[in-house]
Amino acid sequence: MTTEVGSETEVKKDSEQLGPDKAKDKPEETSGTPGDQKSRETSSGEAQDSSVPAPTSQSSPSSQKKEKSSPESKGISRFLPPWLKKQKSYTLAEPRDEPKKKATGEEQVVEESVSQALEGVAQPRRSLEEATENRQNDKEKHSVSSAEIQPSKEDGKETEVEEVAEKKEETQEEKEKRETKEVQTAEIKIDNIPKKSPKKIKTVQCKVMLLDGTEYSCDLEKRAKGQVLFDKVCEHLNLLEKDYFGLLFYENSEQKNWLDSSKEIKRQIRSLPWIFTFNVKFYPPDPSQLTEDITRYFLCLQLRQDIVSGRLPCSFVTHALLGSYTLQAELGDHDPGEHSSDYISEFQFAPNQTQEMEEKVAELHKTHRGLTPAQADSQFLENAKRLSMYGVDLHHAKDSEGVDIMLGVCANGLLIYKDRLRINRFAWPKILKISYKRSNFYIKVRPAELEQFESTIGFKLPNHRAAKRLWKVCVEHHTFFRLLSPEQPPKAKFLTLGSKFRYSGRTQAQTRQASNLIDRPAPYFERTSSKRVSRSLDGAPMGISDQSLLRDFSATGGQAAGDKIIDLEAAGQAKLKDGGREEDESPLKTPQLELTQDGKNFFLQLTHVHPSPLPIHSVSSHLTNLSPVPEIDMLSDISEEDPFEEPLLTIPDISECNSMEQTSDHNKTRTASPINTFEPVRPLASRGSPAVEGRIHGTDYKSTELCVSFSFFRCLSFSVRSLLDEDGYITLPSLPDVCISFLPPGLQHYIPITSPSFIPSFLLVFVLLLSAFQSIPFSLTFSLPLALSLCYLEPKVTSFSSSNGNDLNDKAEEEEVEHEEEEAQQKDLDKTQDDLLKHQASISELKRNFMESTPEPRPNEWEKRRITPLSLQTQGRHASRAEGPCTGVSDADKPPVVKTEMVTISDATQRTEISTKEIPIVQTETKTITYESSQLDGNAAGDAGVLVSAQTITSESISTTTTTHITKMVKGGVSETRIEKRIVITGDADIDHDEALAQAIKEAKEQHPDMSVTRVVVHKETELAEEDED
Amino acid sequence: MEMCLVGSQWGAAGPRAALYALPAPAAAARPSSLSAVPAVRPPRPSPSRSMAGLGGGLAAFGRCTHAVVRALPESLCRQALRSVAGPEVDFARAEREYQLYVGVLRGKLGLQVLELPADESLPDCVFVEDVAVVCEETALLTRPGAPSRRKEVEAMKRALESLNLNIVEMVDENATLDGGDVLFTGREFFVGLSRRTNQRGAEILADTFKDYAVSTVPVHDSLHLKSFCSMAGPNLIAIGSSEAAQKALKTMQQMSDHRYDKLTVPDDAAANCIYLNVPSKGHVLLHRAPEEFPDSAKVFEKLKDHMLIPIAATELAKVDGSLTCCSVLINKASE
Repeated sequence: MTTEVGSETEVKKDSEQLGPDKAKDKPEETSGTPGDQKSRETSSGEAQDSSVPAPTSQSSPSSQKKEKSSPESKGISRFLPPWLKKQKSYTLAEPRDEPKKKATGEEQVVEESVSQALEGVAQPRRSLEEATENRQNDKEKHSVSSAEIQPSKEDGKETEVEEVAEKKEETQEEKEKRETKEVQTAEIKIDNIPKKSPKKIKTVQCKVMLLDGTEYSCDLEKRAKGQVLFDKVCEHLNLLEKDYFGLLFYENSEQKNWLDSSKEIKRQIRSLPWIFTFNVKFYPPDPSQLTEDITRYFLCLQLRQDIVSGRLPCSFVTHALLGSYTLQAELGDHDPGEHSSDYISEFQFAPNQTQEMEEKVAELHKTHRGLTPAQADSQFLENAKRLSMYGVDLHHAKDSEGVDIMLGVCANGLLIYKDRLRINRFAWPKILKISYKRSNFYIKVRPAELEQFESTIGFKLPNHRAAKRLWKVCVEHHTFFRLLSPEQPPKAKFLTLGSKFRYSGRTQAQTRQASNLIDRPAPYFERTSSKRVSRSLDGAPMGISDQSLLRDFSATGGQAAGDKIIDLEAAGQAKLKDGGREEDESPLKTPQLELTQDGKNFFLQLTHVHPSPLPIHSVSSHLTNLSPVPEIDMLSDISEEDPFEEPLLTIPDISECNSMEQTSDHNKTRTASPINTFEPVRPLASRGSPAVEGRIHGTDYKSTELCVSFSFFRCLSFSVRSLLDEDGYITLPSLPDVCISFLPPGLQHYIPITSPSFIPSFLLVFVLLLSAFQSIPFSLTFSLPLALSLCYLEPKVTSFSSSNGNDLNDKAEEEEVEHEEEEAQQKDLDKTQDDLLKHQASISELKRNFMESTPEPRPNEWEKRRITPLSLQTQGRHASRAEGPCTGVSDADKPPVVKTEMVTISDATQRTEISTKEIPIVQTETKTITYESSQLDGNAAGDAGVLVSAQTITSESISTTTTTHITKMVKGGVSETRIEKRIVITGDADIDHDEALAQAIKEAKEQHPDMSVTRVVVHKETELAEEDED
Repeated sequence: MEMCLVGSQWGAAGPRAALYALPAPAAAARPSSLSAVPAVRPPRPSPSRSMAGLGGGLAAFGRCTHAVVRALPESLCRQALRSVAGPEVDFARAEREYQLYVGVLRGKLGLQVLELPADESLPDCVFVEDVAVVCEETALLTRPGAPSRRKEVEAMKRALESLNLNIVEMVDENATLDGGDVLFTGREFFVGLSRRTNQRGAEILADTFKDYAVSTVPVHDSLHLKSFCSMAGPNLIAIGSSEAAQKALKTMQQMSDHRYDKLTVPDDAAANCIYLNVPSKGHVLLHRAPEEFPDSAKVFEKLKDHMLIPIAATELAKVDGSLTCCSVLINKASE
């Protein structure tokens, strides 16, 4: 797969990768051995020296941290909204105050440190942790920024840098997506606080080209999010209905990108100076519904640009008509005395303006006498909105036959143009899913009336970036125009593979609602003459020509990057030590191994579940709703595209870690226990196995024990050194094919030594055995055959229901797909985790989102065949892999907390009902309804409402009730299968909910290996209530 | 050149048509018996069109001040292109039907009819629709798919020039376009890709009428797109019942951002009708006579808001002619 990398860069990668790891390790150790912590932190502090200005080596790590963080806690607070929030829930003393602090800027610094101090007294351990966390955060920031900067430095020498940076950026975006979610729940207010850089906060100058051709510049904190700038600009413009607008920045020449307001600017724009263009992002289909004239005015300005630049084609007559309204708006009534014959030629109305047109404009201008500027604008818009290309965002592409086409994204859907002709159109309701992979962009289309299967249509875009850009634009347009409220990526649904990117702003419905509330006298604004605008524009990005600034930046960037590397190397060394230690500890905790094992099994299982590729024009699997649009993206894609990128894979790694860490921070804050040792390990663990990550993040409860199993994972993943793709997802390494030549030819077929899961399996089994028997030779001896048998079984399991002859060759062919799947799984789990993270926020909101974003359920068929044999197989495999203790645990208390859904199914709409009940301690409830479309081997069943199974599992400390209803019915010739699994875990506070959840996931997976978790709702109630299970 | 036709000449049909004259200027709700196009799309904001604008939008759809027609050459009977061999055209009868047609446009509806003289060397010259597409102030002179018809353009060009339209000529040697393949709905164009019309021709049309979306619709089993469909009102598409027609309609529905109502008539040929919005008469629909297509005529009769004028085209139909083929309708802004 993607293992080949240049040695030089490999080193860098290692070090960078290790940096965050180490950071994560530290807290864990900290909690375990407080004494040890100091020295370690100091050493890591040294490691950071290059990037962190002069840390006092003697000061205690925590206080040092605090000193550092407090003055700039404003900046930090932005990074730690969840953390602060968490603190809120912890600190009994002043639970309510904390969020406000966040919002109050400078005061906050003081207050926060006070509260920290208080806590420090009350919960010394925790404060230590916090300190470490802070520190980690700092470190993260450094690494992130350096990761970003690095390419700029290299800009001079290497050409591929850009690509690399792109990749990095994407990873960062990925990361930021998570961050975003947190921010959303936390409070967006934070972003909106005007940042008046108090002390040493670095500021960057931003220039924004406004629609009237003027330039707005301001200083922005370096870490400011896009929203900050956008709000500033809108404030400057006195614009309230701002959701239709956005900030563009240009990358390379004409590649325009929208600034994501929920992310930091510096992560999106790679180069200084920061120059943006304020533009209309969503063209309102009916501008007359805009509330304010000023909004319409800006829309007019945008459209004038669009027209003059040729983006919005018009006929001669329309050019003249629109031009005449422009004149009326800007000059008022035609005045023969004042307006001499050539007054018009100063304006530009069309790309190719002729004398004839100007005459026509003048002629029409005279007819508009009496129209106020606002009326003239309205008329302008009324006419412009009817143009067929109004609001259509065009993207170059090729169809599956390589024919040049254009894809146009608009309010109603996706338009396909060939030359100037519309050759197809996919309205949003018609589209089930949009995705991209490599430079391909896919839409999955609802089957036509009489068709049974949805089809996936692929388009080839010029490059990966373009595909992603198109995908994003689609997601945003769909959300803005079609949904009532933006779906919350983590909450709304989560059986989606892929990017967490979602449109985070208001939808059109929301913005309309909001603008109904606008209650201000119509603001006065000056209409700038479009003379300037039209002449200066021509669609080119303005101001980008400032080369000196660019150069300056790359110089500094290089500097920073250098620092960074050093930093990471040091960190990496430290990390090695940590890793060793962890390993030593691990054997002690046998019971937790089960968890680890579970995670692994789970993961591996999933890897091979769906071998079906996603070819162009084929029926593909997985989810359907458009809203949870999956992003399928893999490392191999990139490498294929630009081989040069590979060497710098490290950066994605880092940011992935960072993002993980942030998530863990978040988690931690929520955790009810002062002991949160497992978090630091998480990033690593998650690299090793998505299952683990999902599980942990997904849980809200403390788990001391978990940390041990994670430490296992840590060493696992350490050796496995995950290869993260550009978006931070895992690709497992596999032994090179040459290895197989060492085997006797007869065995080659049967011994899947090159299986991608071999190494993980081997390590897993090894660690298992090692922990069980504490004997390395013994473990080694047995783990190899066991791992091999696992790998051998895997494809068998996979192929059981689909094809029999799944030999190595097949496997190789499927590899890509498998990765896709495993990524998919991981992404699912990410979702899971996110969901869980969010679950406290607002169940009702969740519900609402869900309802809104779910189109009508689509009936389908349930492939029964697949379930039984698969689960049998899976269990068998488990037995062979897991040792005694594990199985015992898993069988005994399996509190399935998980909702599952078939992944294989080509079309499914999940609907979740969450009932909020109050239960003594914890109630976890999940419910899934799966609508599946018929499988290719279609086996329709016609019985309606058959209760297949219901089971109840009870164990000592955990009482779990699992009810599974599988209902099958036929609706209009299509069979619909409905699986509801509701699992309620009730128990005492000391239940290990993490484990319970993990078990549940595992069990669900075992039962339905080709299902995956759609939703986990963990609901924790402290109050007593009855629970109804219907 | 211009011929005056008196009302008496279409007398037979006259009284009958008057029965349907229900002046209802406002495009009110259509009879519920019509099968409406299923709404898959989110409804677009109401087309509240204000005073000015592109082509006047829906309110102005069907407005027409001028018509260009061309007399029948006698060569039509034997030499006109026809897709299926059949009985010979009865020239006298064809002539009568044509006169009735022109008479309705001029006498009944008050259009200024510009009649071009027949050209015996151009047997198909009566079908003027194919050589020009006029939308608002712009006219596109086409390059007909049948080489024998290309010369028909010349006379049309002169006529349109005399009307002071912006004229665009299709000069591309690779492009072919028959006006019969162009359906203008008031909001967008559909261009049938048929034996007579190719992609390039459609592109040129799109370039000419930049304000509007131009979508292509494959046409297989009939001569032209408008052989089985046409506009029967603002937002109302008359469509034949044949499979090909229905399929084409589906394509059009899918391609369109707008939502159209449809009027399905049993006979494809009857789906070719002429809708006009005449200031003094409201919705006017010229459709094929009940003698030709009794079932389809009954469907048209359900259009209570329309003034229905049945016109027979039995003879021209033998050479693939229909109602829309015989005129180019032009809406000149008052000058």
